[in-house]
Amino acid sequence: MSAALEREWTRFTPGQRIARWLVWLAVVASCVWAVRTIEVIPEFLLDAPEQMADLLVRMWPPDLAHYRMGVHDALVETLHIATLGTVLSFAMAVPLAFLAARNVCGVAALNWLANLCLVASRSVNALVWALLFVAVFGPGAVAGVLAIAFRSVGFVGKLLAEAIEETPRGPMEAMEAVGAPWGHRMLKGLWPQIQPAFWGIALFRWDINVRESAVLGLVGAGGIGVALDDAINFFQWDKVATILLAILVVVILAEIVVTRVRRRLI
Amino acid sequence: MTARRAFAPNWQGRAALAALALYCVYAAAQLDVSGERLLVGFGEGARFLARMWPPNFERWDTLVEGMVESIQIAVLSSAAGIVLSLPLGLMAARNLSPWWISGPTRGFVAVCRSLHYVIVAILFVKAVGFGALAGIAALTVASMGFVAKLFAEAIEEISMKQVEAVRATGAGPFAVLLYGVLPQVASRFVGFSIYQLDSNLRNSTLVGIVGAGGIGGTLFAAFKRFDYDFVAAILLTIIALIFLAEIVSARVRKALQ
Repeated sequence: MSAALEREWTRFTPGQRIARWLVWLAVVASCVWAVRTIEVIPEFLLDAPEQMADLLVRMWPPDLAHYRMGVHDALVETLHIATLGTVLSFAMAVPLAFLAARNVCGVAALNWLANLCLVASRSVNALVWALLFVAVFGPGAVAGVLAIAFRSVGFVGKLLAEAIEETPRGPMEAMEAVGAPWGHRMLKGLWPQIQPAFWGIALFRWDINVRESAVLGLVGAGGIGVALDDAINFFQWDKVATILLAILVVVILAEIVVTRVRRRLI
Repeated sequence: MTARRAFAPNWQGRAALAALALYCVYAAAQLDVSGERLLVGFGEGARFLARMWPPNFERWDTLVEGMVESIQIAVLSSAAGIVLSLPLGLMAARNLSPWWISGPTRGFVAVCRSLHYVIVAILFVKAVGFGALAGIAALTVASMGFVAKLFAEAIEEISMKQVEAVRATGAGPFAVLLYGVLPQVASRFVGFSIYQLDSNLRNSTLVGIVGAGGIGGTLFAAFKRFDYDFVAAILLTIIALIFLAEIVSARVRKALQ
């Protein structure tokens, strides 16, 4: 009786406690391993604050006159790349999402194939896609648009397929019962249900693409990255500062626009 | 009284779609995207793929060296970013900090998030020289932007009752954080951290393109030398690593729930 009352209550069983300690041990061990084996040149580390200050001094004041000469057109090109890339990615992602959604496409092999395409697209970064397309199409905005599109397909397709799979069957079944053909069922039974998700995904991905398209130029795929790369290669740090400011402003504006439009649409 | 028409046409929506289509045509013309160019390009693409096959794993030692460095960058930048996000997230939460702390912190976090990590990496390459250190610094900044923002949002959603209860017992600010706030957000914070480790692993394979260490440098060099079969080998290795990381992180997240 008294033994039961004096029982000490603990949150975790001994096994859980050991597991938690093992996880912590693994985390610490991997950090220690990384610190001890990574190649960092100590002189560079000591020098860093001085170099950083030097960089900031060279960047200030930003060469704002450069904006109208070299930056504005490149910035507009970046926005074109991001938007066209998003539209193109939707053109490819919608069919793939339909094939990947198990409640629309009943063939397991097709589900699997579509998912494979989506995963392959997602696991290659936009910059790597850009490298590939620059090798194929030559430097320029075309490579940028395709890189953005191919990178976005996986993301958009996966989210769309999930949205389609989550829809209740009721409306579709009702339309099937009154004899509506496949196209009508999709357009009037499915589409209204996934519409909010669709626009949400579109806006979200466009926002990401605006950021991503700003760096594509570093590998020659057009947009403001080309201007940035040129300015860095010539060590024109005041121009670099202007370009960075321009990118920052556009990215923040895009975020504001997306939040506004989302509130109106959804 | 007129009955409302079922499936009434949405003219506003149609007009917006038409405008989008017009814009696409205009933008495509501006960017010089034409069918002819695409056709030529896809022909080139076939040749390009032929040169990538079969992947060449002969220089596997260079490959492994680069991958290990990428993993190190990912581990260290995640650790630094997560540790720094903890105070930043607390400072940015509007229900815990006064506005004159949360405002500037939110601004700082927003700037960290707005600049793409490759751009940040360029700046750090200038500041601390070529090598892994620049990559670690750049990805730390990116991690701070992401984890601190989500952490602050999670804190803003906590129930203040527990915080008030702990405070009512006379606990100091530190004890309030430790016993009133952190237990409510700890599991979500761990979730964000694992997600960030996963995404840092992806990004660390890339910062090398601008000279910030890792496999990206090897990849870019191979591209510049038209060494496409080695490029294919590197890409396959990166994809395999990312797959593995995705599976592991999904498992861990499921185990945590």
